[in-house]
Amino acid sequence: MTTTTPSSRKQASDGEGTSRAYKLGAIGGDWLDQRVSGGGLVKEFARKIFPDHWSFMFGEVALYSFVILLISGTFLTMFFDPSMEEVVYSGPYEALQGATMSRAFESTLEISFEVKGGLLFRQMHHWACLVFMVAIFVHMFRVFFTGAFRKPRELNWLVGFTLMILGMVAGFSGYSLPDDVLSGNGLRVIDGLMKAIPIVGTYLSMLLFGGEFPGTAIIPRLFTIHILLVPAMILGLIVIHLVMVVWHKHTQYPGPGRTERNVVGFPVLPVYAAKAGGFFFLVFGIITLISATTAINAVWVYGPYDPSPVSAGSQPDWYMLWTDGGLRLIPGWEFTIFGYVISLNMLIPMAIYGALLAVLALYPFIEAWVTGDDREHHVLDLPYNAPVRTAFGVSWIMTYLILALAATNDLIAIALHLSINDLTWAFRIGIFVVPVLSFYITKRLCLSIQRQKRNLALHGKETSRVVRTETGDMLEVHAPLSDYERWVLVQHDDYRPLSAGKGVSSLRAKATSFFFKDRIEPITPAELREAIAHAEHEKHELDELTGGDYRTPAEKAVH
Amino acid sequence: MKALAARRHHPMALLVILLLALVATGGLYAALQPQTAQAEAYTQDDVEAGEALFLANCATCHGRNAEGLTEADGSTLGPSLVGVGAAAVDFQVGTGRMPMQRAGAQADRKPPQMTEEQTRQLAAYVASLGPGPAVPDEEWLDTSQGDATQGGEIFRINCAMCHNAAGAGGALTRGKYAPEVTGLDPKHVYEAMETGPQNMPVFNETNLSPEDKRDVITYLESLEETGSPGGVSLGSLGPVTEGLYAWTIILSLLLGTAVWLGAKAK
Repeated sequence: MTTTTPSSRKQASDGEGTSRAYKLGAIGGDWLDQRVSGGGLVKEFARKIFPDHWSFMFGEVALYSFVILLISGTFLTMFFDPSMEEVVYSGPYEALQGATMSRAFESTLEISFEVKGGLLFRQMHHWACLVFMVAIFVHMFRVFFTGAFRKPRELNWLVGFTLMILGMVAGFSGYSLPDDVLSGNGLRVIDGLMKAIPIVGTYLSMLLFGGEFPGTAIIPRLFTIHILLVPAMILGLIVIHLVMVVWHKHTQYPGPGRTERNVVGFPVLPVYAAKAGGFFFLVFGIITLISATTAINAVWVYGPYDPSPVSAGSQPDWYMLWTDGGLRLIPGWEFTIFGYVISLNMLIPMAIYGALLAVLALYPFIEAWVTGDDREHHVLDLPYNAPVRTAFGVSWIMTYLILALAATNDLIAIALHLSINDLTWAFRIGIFVVPVLSFYITKRLCLSIQRQKRNLALHGKETSRVVRTETGDMLEVHAPLSDYERWVLVQHDDYRPLSAGKGVSSLRAKATSFFFKDRIEPITPAELREAIAHAEHEKHELDELTGGDYRTPAEKAVH
Repeated sequence: MKALAARRHHPMALLVILLLALVATGGLYAALQPQTAQAEAYTQDDVEAGEALFLANCATCHGRNAEGLTEADGSTLGPSLVGVGAAAVDFQVGTGRMPMQRAGAQADRKPPQMTEEQTRQLAAYVASLGPGPAVPDEEWLDTSQGDATQGGEIFRINCAMCHNAAGAGGALTRGKYAPEVTGLDPKHVYEAMETGPQNMPVFNETNLSPEDKRDVITYLESLEETGSPGGVSLGSLGPVTEGLYAWTIILSLLLGTAVWLGAKAK
């Protein structure tokens, strides 16, 4: 609290300095309080409690990479020219001197080779985008597998889901701006997908491109979408997302003293703000370090867009890979009706993508309908305590992963010396088999872990000390759990399948059966009492035999 | 009986006549076709030494007279080398692809088995079997006369769909692939375009003039010279390796930081 100038330090003691600072603070605080009721804000936010766990920090990573995207993006807009006017390049990159290209591509080359720090900013913008999407996915996985989407947070799940979609739109629109061959290929795929939509497809394509593909309107249009529309929507939704987090309070993992009515953790001021601030700089540092050392999207190699070439290894950024995978897997099915070609090879993948996204968005509502659970949940589930949910999540990820891998089939073929045709068939079969198999395996693993935890709660930890009684029985010494340790193992909810009738539809009965038919019976108090009594009895027996000394004869000899 | 036998042809006679006719027309066409002058003059000694090498190393698959061999099921064991020219030999043997290491989707590049002299002798022998593209003149390999921009455009339109925009290579059907095309001897790049080895299409003079080929070589050289201004190139394979990098290296760094910050609170 020594907030004094050197002159004041001479005369004033520490106490006086402190009181002066307080006085200044009080005046300033009062001034703010009377105008924007700052006191209320501070009361509401500064003492807000946030629980600490590394898995809670990926939302933050997404937020911070978004801030980096805004900063680096602002820099880039100062030099980027979203124009499709044709120019002849005369900049420093020799292998394109004299080539005809759009002004957008030329200004991207200028940013890369002429603007000081331009290439670093371009790479930061792109890497931050990849990190943004990675963080969103990891954050979503965490929320999904811990059941954090349950009441009252269903709407926030939808907001988060929309943010993910907007992230894809932002990424894709940005990827298309430099007007290089790769980005043009991506636009051509979008054009093809749109044109495959019956009746309205060609009109949609004409509307987006302002005429026949590629035209001269698409880059300026995408620019507006990329720097104004989508970031504004993302920013707005982030605000809603965070306000809802504050409103609902943060969830917490189960533990002693943690209930549905409290949050155990640190207040925003001073601890959490410092940690979050520090984390922002760490994320910023990591992205800068990567961008300064690792190349991304060398547009000058792809060359200026020309509709004819498609390079080998043409893929979208990772978060859009899955949309390419379906197109690579589907056989070339199409038929003609009244002279119109219906491209099933486009429509079926699009339907699958829509279904995959829809089921993700609606999952909280599906689960709530199945369980009929109307309580608020602020204590998280441990993933193994919700076997069907966890298995469903793993299965969804596997489907997504196979689609993404299918989009990289050419690179996998080269790296592993395999035939691309065989790989495509492996993925075609895999997309039906792997999700089912991974669902089953994950569910069984979860149930096994539950069974193991149940044993642990009842009998304590195995110490691998075995004592042989006079009758030849072998007894293992178990170390009992503390009440705190046991609490985490026995606190979870238990659901049972319902039978149809009494207001339960047969569909819902079937759904509950699917979700909860295989379950591990939770420990009853009577069971626990019995287990504890049994353990005491056994310990008594062992102590009598060994005198409470469980060392082996060899160990005794050493001491 | 005797009169009949005298008038009867050997059953293969017709085939022989047909073959002779084909060779005659083919030979005439080849002789009258516009040709680049043979860049190198081979002596009779070269041809003879080449033939000896050929019999020892190549005849198992290509046949004793380089006429090509087929397996019992009709598949090609080794194609005929009549008319492939010295350029094809210089490429295949000079890059170590021939003699082939093992049967497979295609011959892999490996350290050459023949010395430069032996390669030259083999080329002389094969060139003597029938006219074909010759080893290119130094003039067409001199990149100081090439135009990288022009070559880049040709490369993106004609080559990148298999060899990747950065020349990093790419997959073809059924285990075949287009190899990496950077860091190569310009002569071999020229010969590959000229002769279309393995699965590669032929870009002869009617498609790409020697000047065009020189431009492509100049472009590939400029790609190497430029290197990767942005830092580690991750193999120049594009967004997939970048995404993999984000999910592995960067995510581990972030995860480590998060765990560290989470743990410090205790």
